[in-house]
Amino acid sequence: MQASAPKSQMELTMPTPTNSSALGASEGTSASTIKLSATDLNFHYGSFQALHGISMKIYANRVTAFIGPSGCGKSTFLRTLNRLNEAVRNTRVDGTVLLDGQDIHDIEVSELRRRVGMVFQRSNPFPKSIFENVAYGLRINGMASNRARLREAVEQSLRRAALWDEVKDKLNQSAYGLSGGQQQRLCIARALAVNPEVLLLDEPCSALDPIATAKIEDLIFQLKDSCTIVIVTHNMQQAARVADFTGFFLLGRLIEFDGTTVIFKNPAKKETEDYVTGRFG
Amino acid sequence: MTSLHTLRRKAVNAVMLSLTGLCTFAAAGTLVFILGYLFVHGAKDLSLDFFTKLPTPVGETGGGMANAIVGSAKLLLIAMLVGVPIGFLGGVYLAEFGGATFSFLVRYVTDLLNGVPSIVIGIFAYTLIVLPQKHFSTIAGGLALGVMMIPIAVRSTEEFLRAVPASLREGAMALGASRTKSILTVVIPAAKNGIMTGIMLNLARVAGETAPLLFTSFSNRFWSPGWEQPTAALPVMIFTYAISPYEDWHQQAWAAGFVLLMLVLSVNIIARLLLAKRKHVAR
Repeated sequence: MQASAPKSQMELTMPTPTNSSALGASEGTSASTIKLSATDLNFHYGSFQALHGISMKIYANRVTAFIGPSGCGKSTFLRTLNRLNEAVRNTRVDGTVLLDGQDIHDIEVSELRRRVGMVFQRSNPFPKSIFENVAYGLRINGMASNRARLREAVEQSLRRAALWDEVKDKLNQSAYGLSGGQQQRLCIARALAVNPEVLLLDEPCSALDPIATAKIEDLIFQLKDSCTIVIVTHNMQQAARVADFTGFFLLGRLIEFDGTTVIFKNPAKKETEDYVTGRFG
Repeated sequence: MTSLHTLRRKAVNAVMLSLTGLCTFAAAGTLVFILGYLFVHGAKDLSLDFFTKLPTPVGETGGGMANAIVGSAKLLLIAMLVGVPIGFLGGVYLAEFGGATFSFLVRYVTDLLNGVPSIVIGIFAYTLIVLPQKHFSTIAGGLALGVMMIPIAVRSTEEFLRAVPASLREGAMALGASRTKSILTVVIPAAKNGIMTGIMLNLARVAGETAPLLFTSFSNRFWSPGWEQPTAALPVMIFTYAISPYEDWHQQAWAAGFVLLMLVLSVNIIARLLLAKRKHVAR
């Protein structure tokens, strides 16, 4: 199991804050600057309130995991971070989310989504070639000045997603010809192509086998250097393996947020302990 | 007791099975019968002349229906120019932008339009174009067929766009695409084959329409001199020739029927293949 190596590394470097309110910027070193911070975030689907007063800080170049039972609001929270929930009719959000200190609602939405990339639960490659899938974000954001640059950026993204060697000879073939794990890495490459500062991963491995999952997890470690990563996962071992920080959600509330080791070994709240020890959920 | 019960169950099963089987046979058999009958009567009188020559005057043998074939093509071209843009864009609106109440109304109205008898749509084109101009015209016929295409074009476009998974739209928007851009660059391309199939089937459907052409494009014994003049069309020729008292005209009507059916059938088959290909790619 590959869990041991990153975990020990994590224990060394983590600021191990005690609870969410104590997670101030002052505590950390320069490596733990705040990338995203949510304050009192509420979210409604029609008359149903899906999120209740979520406040949380997400640190730059760290992996933050959200765990919790189905329907607890962790994916909904993730989708407010790039304002993707706005596309859903009859929804309402209040509270603030700051990206590098700037309110995300003051950032033009396409600019925000370029800076905050997302990978979904089920791989969703476009019905286009492998090349065009990766090039899509570059094209629509006007980031490809010429053909050569475009090719270069596509290759670089595929390399970062550890997919280049598997697809370099079939870039013009349909993306649907790839395996499930390859498709998910293609979606990661597609998201990376526009150089996002934050990468939101919404249960990226839930439809993948253990080998493909291990590849994505390896990828997450490599991407930490260049991105801030937020991952929603149902798999607690996965959170323990990849995340520096973990937030536990229950019924639309953030019950506890802390360093991953604290959450899994010494949680402050009874609900968190029950969940991570498998007593419910 | 038990055996009697079993016997009864088996009898009911046998009766129901043969009844449903018979009805299935009747449904499929009708098509086979029409195809076979048309083939026997139509194909034997089919020659190159049918596709290249004009109709001959009564009493003269030979001749063809070249003008009707070209006329049908022209009518369908106009129908496409009218029906496809309106139907396609209407479908895009319904699938992607329409609010619930308004979309419901539009959907309801298009369903009603779909139920309007074709001859009534013919009267519409007649009143709109033929009456003011005081002569029959190809454009009027094409317009009538085009209007007939609209409801199905709207609904099929809408259906195929709705079938595109939401995850693709979200994928595009998560990369910074606006709603409109994601529709143009991802959703419509993903639904392209389906939409084209819908249009082809729609076209094949109106290709056989006769009633709305009777008083719009009327008919013509000769080459139609222009878009604003009456033109011959295959279905109208079949009607005219079939009710005539001349034996050789009957033969020509069979041949025309056969050609029309083959055209419609091949469009249908091509469309189905297109759709099957799409399904195969998308899994």
